[in-house]
Amino acid sequence: MSGIIGKKIGMTSFFDANGKYVPCTVIEAGPCVVTQVKTNEKDGYSALQLSFDEKKEKNTSSAMKGHFALAKTTPKRKVVEFRSFEEAKNLGDVITVDLFVEGDFVDVVGTSKGKGFQGVVKRHGFSGVGGSSHGQHDRQRAPGSLGASSDPSRVLPGKRMGGRTGGNRKKVQNLEVVKIMADKNVILIKGSVPGAKGSYVLIEK
Amino acid sequence: MSLLLDYVKKQLTPEVKHPKFKAGDTVTVHYKIKEGDKERIQQFSGVVIQRKNEKATASFTVRKISNGVGVERIFPVASPFIDKIETNKVGVVRRAKLFYLRARTGKSARIREKIQNNEEA
Repeated sequence: MSGIIGKKIGMTSFFDANGKYVPCTVIEAGPCVVTQVKTNEKDGYSALQLSFDEKKEKNTSSAMKGHFALAKTTPKRKVVEFRSFEEAKNLGDVITVDLFVEGDFVDVVGTSKGKGFQGVVKRHGFSGVGGSSHGQHDRQRAPGSLGASSDPSRVLPGKRMGGRTGGNRKKVQNLEVVKIMADKNVILIKGSVPGAKGSYVLIEK
Repeated sequence: MSLLLDYVKKQLTPEVKHPKFKAGDTVTVHYKIKEGDKERIQQFSGVVIQRKNEKATASFTVRKISNGVGVERIFPVASPFIDKIETNKVGVVRRAKLFYLRARTGKSARIREKIQNNEEA
């Protein structure tokens, strides 16, 4: 599984050749530098470590400075490992959006937007309790019964309730690559992608 | 808006060939409609009550009164289905969005027309 690190820029839409209006997410992807090659013999598993996005040297720890110096590159902000990369790459190699072609289907991983403490309707898709008429009130977004009565006399573990929502790692599969602008390292992916503008995403092939 | 997003939107915008028009103008939009494999052109004319967004996502809303019922239609400027746009009247308005027209009918819903001679001089 090959991949690249990107940054979500925003969304837009355009008319394609068939006259269909295509909504798409603009992602600034790469260029990523290979900063470490992990092998079965040395590390117990094989992976490729990619780094993306410039960072000031003064904001980089000495340890990381040394790590980036090994790959003969400048300090980077985001460092991610990709397991079982399809193409063989060496230390210091640069990976760009050329990895993908228009029409490819990719998976995108991102950190979804944090929603704070949410009830069960938003968090788990419950439909609430009761109607709005016949004297009912205050129950429209309630979770309903949590379980049976004296047997088992407790709420079973894993019962879905309200709580912190969003802000998790999310992967969206099979999104189409609609356009690639290699000169600006931009890739356009059909539909939406998890995360806020400016957040990092992984595009996997 | 981010500069990069701005650039991308510019790249996605087809070259515009439509005449200039703004909110308050009366326009006729010739819109291509596909029926099976036949294509015909439908006209929709009315007052432009807003122009929204820019570049690839730009659109405009045309309002007309049809059989006493207000009808509004939103067209994307970049739509390949717009055959042409004719400007029939240039209106004088003080606002960019003319939503107040929705609450008005008849005489009070009229828009003063700009005198064309001034433009030529």
